[in-house]
Amino acid sequence: MLYAVLFWEYIKNYAKTRLTYRADFWVEVLSDMMFQGMNLIFILVVFQHTPSLGGWTESEVVFVYGFFMIPYGIFSTFFGMWNFSERYIVKGEMDRILTRPAHNLFQVLLENVDPPSLIGSVVGAIIMAVCWNDLGLAFHWYYVLIMLLFVLGAVLVYAGIYTALSAISFFSDAPTGIVPLIYNVQNYGRYPVNIYNKTIRFVLTWLLPFAFVGVIPASYFLEKKADDLSQLAWFTPVMGIIVFSLGLAVWNYGVKRYRGAGS
Amino acid sequence: MMSAYLDFIRIRFLTMLAYRVNYYSGIVIYAINIGAYYFLWKAIFGSAETLQGFTLAQMTTYIAVSWMARAFYFNNLDREIANDIRDGSIAMQLIRPYSYLFVKMMQGLGEGLFRLILFMGPGLFIVCLLFPVKLPKDPSVWIIYFIMLMFSLFINSQLNILTGLAAFFVENNEGMMRMKRVLVDLFSGVLIPIAFFPGWLKSTMEWLPFQAITYLPSAVFTGRTPMSEAWGVLGLQALWFFILLVPIMFTWRAARKRLFVQGG
Repeated sequence: MLYAVLFWEYIKNYAKTRLTYRADFWVEVLSDMMFQGMNLIFILVVFQHTPSLGGWTESEVVFVYGFFMIPYGIFSTFFGMWNFSERYIVKGEMDRILTRPAHNLFQVLLENVDPPSLIGSVVGAIIMAVCWNDLGLAFHWYYVLIMLLFVLGAVLVYAGIYTALSAISFFSDAPTGIVPLIYNVQNYGRYPVNIYNKTIRFVLTWLLPFAFVGVIPASYFLEKKADDLSQLAWFTPVMGIIVFSLGLAVWNYGVKRYRGAGS
Repeated sequence: MMSAYLDFIRIRFLTMLAYRVNYYSGIVIYAINIGAYYFLWKAIFGSAETLQGFTLAQMTTYIAVSWMARAFYFNNLDREIANDIRDGSIAMQLIRPYSYLFVKMMQGLGEGLFRLILFMGPGLFIVCLLFPVKLPKDPSVWIIYFIMLMFSLFINSQLNILTGLAAFFVENNEGMMRMKRVLVDLFSGVLIPIAFFPGWLKSTMEWLPFQAITYLPSAVFTGRTPMSEAWGVLGLQALWFFILLVPIMFTWRAARKRLFVQGG
C-alpha cells in the first residue's frame, strides 16, 4: 500500500516537472518514434526484394516487431536507469536513497520513470493488430491474458538483465561500457532467431535471453514453423522470473557492498 | 595562422587518445551490429544469386565497410556547437581571432584521424576475421576510397555543423539532433544500400547529400560501382561539399546577428 501511494506521488511529481517543458515532451516522443520507425522501414524495404526471411513472411516479421515494441516500451518507462553509475554512484546520490525506508531499487526506478516511452508500446500493439488482421489469425478471448503474461515475462527479462548490469557500478565506478554493448545485442531479438548461427541462437535463448522479449512469445500466436519456436513460448514468464530474481540478487548484494564514493 | 588551425587537429587527436579505452567497447559494438546485419542479409538473399546488383559477398563487404566508415566519420560537432550556444561560451569563441566554424571543422578532422587509426583500422581488421569480408586487391581502389572517406567526413561534419547552428534559432534542438542522426543513418545507406529503396525514394535520394556519406564510397569499395565511374562519384562528393558551404555561410551570418548571451 505504501508503495502504491509512493508510486502515485512520484508520477505526479514527474508530470509537474515535465509540463513545464511541453514542447520538449513531444519532440522526445517524435524522435523516439522515428528511431523505431527506422527499423520498421528496414523490414518493409527488405521485403520488396525477398518473399520470406528464413521462412517468415513480411507480416509475420512485422508482427514480431510489433510485439517486441510492447515490452520494450514498458521496460523503458519503468527501468530507464541508463545513467545510474553517473548520477547515483559518481555523484553520490545513492547515499540519499539509502537513508529512506522504501526499497532502494524502487526509489531509483521511480526517480527515472519515463512515461512517454509507453507510446511505443501503443504503436507496437497497433502494428500487431494490423498484422493479426492481415494474417487472418484466429483470436480467442484468452489470448489477451496470455499476451499480458508474455509481455510481463518479457519486461522481467529486460528488467533482470539491466538491473544486474546497473549493479556492476556498485563494484566499480569506472565506466565499463557494457550497457551499450548489451543494448546492441538486444536488437538481435527483434528478428526470427533461426536466421542466426547456432552459437548466437544459444546465447540469445539461454544466456542473454533476448529471444524471449520478441520472437519466442510472438511466435505463439503465429502459424507453426519447422523448428517450432512457439514450444518455448510458455517459458517466457518462467525465464522472466528467473532472470529478474538473479538481477535483483546481484543488485541487493551490490547495495550491501556499497560504501559510497566519498564525495 | 594555418599552423594554429593545425594545432587544433593535434590537440583534439591527443584529447581523444586520452580516452581511447572508451573506444575499445565501440569496436565490439560495431562488430555486434555488423553481425546482426550480416545474418539478416544472408537470410534476405536466401537462394538468390544477386539482389539489386549486389552479390552476397559484396553485401557482406558493404555492411562491414559501411559501418566501419561510420565509425570514422561519426562525430558530435552538432552537440558541441549546441552546447557552446546554450551555455553562452560561444561569446568567448567569437571574440577570439579565428574562425569558429573552421576550428570546429579542424577538431572534426582531429577526431576523424583518431577514429581512423584507433577505431576504423583495428575494427575493420577484427571484422575481417569474424565475417567473410572480401577486401579489394587493386591498390587504386584503396587510394580512391580513402579520398572518398575524407569527403564523407567533410560532408557529415557539415551536416552536423548545420544542425548544431540551429540552436541559435530554437531553444532546444536536442530532438533535431536525434532526428538528424536517424536520417543520416537511414539515408546515407549504412543500414540499407540506396539501390534497395523503392523507385521514388531512390530518385529523391539522388538529389540529396546523404548518399555521398556512405553509399557511394562503399559501392565503389565493394566493386559494385566500377572504377571507371569512381571519378564521377568523387566529383559528386566534391560538389556536395561546396554546395553545403552555402547554407552554412548564410546560417552563420544570420546566427551572429541574432545572438544574445544571457549572463555568462
